[in-house]
Amino acid sequence: MAFVAIADRDHEHALHDPQSFIRKYIWSQDHKVIAIQYALVATAIGLVALVMSVLMRLQLGFPDTFNFIAPQEYYQYITMHGMIMVIYLLTALFLGGFGNYLIPLMLGSRDMVFPYLNMLSFWVYLLAVLVLVASFFVPGGPTGAGWTLYPPQAVLPGTPGASWGIICMLASLAIFIVAFTMGGLNYATTILQARCRGMTFMRMPLSIWGIFMATILGLLAFPALFVSAIMMALDAVVGTSFFMPAISSMGETTRYSGGSPLLFQHLFWFFGHPEVYIVALPAFGIVSDLLSTHARRNIFGYRMMVWAILAIGCLSFVVWAHHMYVSGMNPYFGFFFATTTLIIAVPTAIKVYNWVLTIWRGDVHLTVPMLFAIGFIFTFINGGLTGLFLGNVTVDVPLSGTYFVVAHFHMVMGLSPIMVVFGAIYHWYPKITGRMFDERLGKLHFWLTFVGAYCIFLPMHYLGILGVPRRYYGYPDAIQFIPPSVHEANQWISISAMIVAATQLVFLYNLIHSYFKGPVADGNPWRATTLEWQTPETPPKHGNWGKELPEVHRWAYDYSVPGAPQDFIPQNVPHSETTPAGREHGVPT
Amino acid sequence: MSNNPTTLEPGFRGVAADWSADKQAFPVPWGKAMMWIFLLSDTFIFTCFLTSYMNVRMSTLDTWPNPSEVFALTVAGQHIPLLLIAIMTMVLITSSGTMAMAVNFGYRRDRKRTALLMFATAALGLAFVGMQAFEWTKLIVEEGVRPWGNPMGAAQFGSAFFMITGFHGLHVSGGVVYLTVVAWRVLSGFYDRKGTYETVEIAGLYWHFVDLVWVFIFAFFYLW
Repeated sequence: MAFVAIADRDHEHALHDPQSFIRKYIWSQDHKVIAIQYALVATAIGLVALVMSVLMRLQLGFPDTFNFIAPQEYYQYITMHGMIMVIYLLTALFLGGFGNYLIPLMLGSRDMVFPYLNMLSFWVYLLAVLVLVASFFVPGGPTGAGWTLYPPQAVLPGTPGASWGIICMLASLAIFIVAFTMGGLNYATTILQARCRGMTFMRMPLSIWGIFMATILGLLAFPALFVSAIMMALDAVVGTSFFMPAISSMGETTRYSGGSPLLFQHLFWFFGHPEVYIVALPAFGIVSDLLSTHARRNIFGYRMMVWAILAIGCLSFVVWAHHMYVSGMNPYFGFFFATTTLIIAVPTAIKVYNWVLTIWRGDVHLTVPMLFAIGFIFTFINGGLTGLFLGNVTVDVPLSGTYFVVAHFHMVMGLSPIMVVFGAIYHWYPKITGRMFDERLGKLHFWLTFVGAYCIFLPMHYLGILGVPRRYYGYPDAIQFIPPSVHEANQWISISAMIVAATQLVFLYNLIHSYFKGPVADGNPWRATTLEWQTPETPPKHGNWGKELPEVHRWAYDYSVPGAPQDFIPQNVPHSETTPAGREHGVPT
Repeated sequence: MSNNPTTLEPGFRGVAADWSADKQAFPVPWGKAMMWIFLLSDTFIFTCFLTSYMNVRMSTLDTWPNPSEVFALTVAGQHIPLLLIAIMTMVLITSSGTMAMAVNFGYRRDRKRTALLMFATAALGLAFVGMQAFEWTKLIVEEGVRPWGNPMGAAQFGSAFFMITGFHGLHVSGGVVYLTVVAWRVLSGFYDRKGTYETVEIAGLYWHFVDLVWVFIFAFFYLW
């Protein structure tokens, strides 16, 4: 019996709306509720990481002032800040949050293909977060090994949290990967197998392409982290020597012998570099849709954008050792990894040019989502260019241990994706809640965050070129090569950081206040073409589409089509005399 | 009634157009597509395990114990290298055969034979795990191999052995439970009422994968 696609059998699906509160909002199998659950938990744990960054800045800007920040705590803040931001906030928010919300809505499906597994994914993710939070309360506190958790120091006494904290960390990561796998299988299968009629691959919005490729990267890269977490846990608990060489610690010979610390670095970065793109590719995709919608122009070079996403995804698996130039490797390997790293600049540059060309001569509406999208272009170009410095072995070696690297990766994979997260939350807020947010507060949030973030990270480039080492608790006067200007810059950075952190309260206030008091939103306030704005109800009900699934007749970017009655034609509008065929892929059809 | 603009062209372009057409990329049920993607991900897990094992084997300074000596059995006065592993491998590969037959009978909607062959597959899997337990016991009790060290040489021998075969053994054990549940549902007529035996095939995919992984573990750990 041939398998019948979901789009061809919608009449079979009786919609059982969940009735009770618990079924609807707690043990919910609806992708929209799961998305919001993911987003809330990710935001909550992200706020913890934000507070830790403020504490770090307090110490760096005003050393010897705050007694409660000892070196040990400082290292714990660094570690947990990095790990939470990269994995538990950004990965979970982009894939668990936006992935869950947008995939079925943008593709015209009723839900993910396996809703129960999807629900399980969230609860296991919550468990991972709880285990992570538990590490703050175990004896010795959370691990302070740095977010890369390099052995041997991660499991040896002397490192904060070497007894309990590291175990919690590794367990939490392994649980997170299980959760991600359950969700990721769902996202990939839904995109491959459950699109509505007429939704071909080359008509999918770029948000979906970005989320799709990021999911594939996650499914292939997280295994390396999973395996290294198991092996390090065995080293720490059972006493195996996978990563541990024969080593003396605290004047005593340890029981370890013959392991390879470099093996961990290879495994970690085989995960770690694709992880950068797990966070970046959904951001690339979403920002493309934001720019196109708010500039009222079709995305420039749609096909190239798709191929660039695929090319970046494939290349991201062959560049990992550029994080290890200072670890020592055969010069030919350095040559290889430098070359592949610089090749990634090509598809990335194509994307940046296409974003700029999309808004060029567009009917740009400077709405809050658009401001964040344009802000993203700035921060991403900035962070991308410093990436070219660090991709070269000879330039990387002196810069690798300095604040230049901190500035680079915060620009390119901290700030840039976060700009997109903010833009995307503002963009889809009317659809998710049915209310409009406060435009003025949104603009205030944007300008303070954008300018403030530059005040934080631009001086760090300067610090890095001066040779200020990163991950240091303090810079006493005994370190001769650090000029007094560094201390002034650090104070400036710390004050900016606190202002930016406080600004996020405006954002939260705006979201919460508008949820109850905001004006009721129209179903398509941005006059966008993609399917999620064409749902019969706002916010969409269980099953998304009422009785009939939508049918797609055009690509996602028919903005300002000559001869059309409006400056946008939704994807589900058929071709007719009043609504022309549009310009699918730039070619009149 | 699709207005899909792609027309079937010959050659690679036709394949690409067909694959990227609307609704679904592959003409298979969701569960099967998902199982394939999961197995791809799981392949990366085992690849990382085996690569790490090769790496520590090369980086350790101590001598690596000779697997054909360590895994030898003395039966009726004869010292036979790798005897138990050979039997275990045979059992697992046989179970792949019974699984393939079960899938075949599933296509024919032969409820009883499908269930019977699946139970046989699960039983062979259970036999494999049982022999693995015997092998572990012998290594731990008689040879004195521990995850953190052993009398024959490099400590990583025991670490990698217990970790990799343990992880694979967990896959087999999970598979036994999975197959038993599906076989029980076959027997109860659940899939007849559902109208499709696709779950049998999906379970088969998983089981063949676990067997294939074992072939690599066998080659890289025991024969090298």
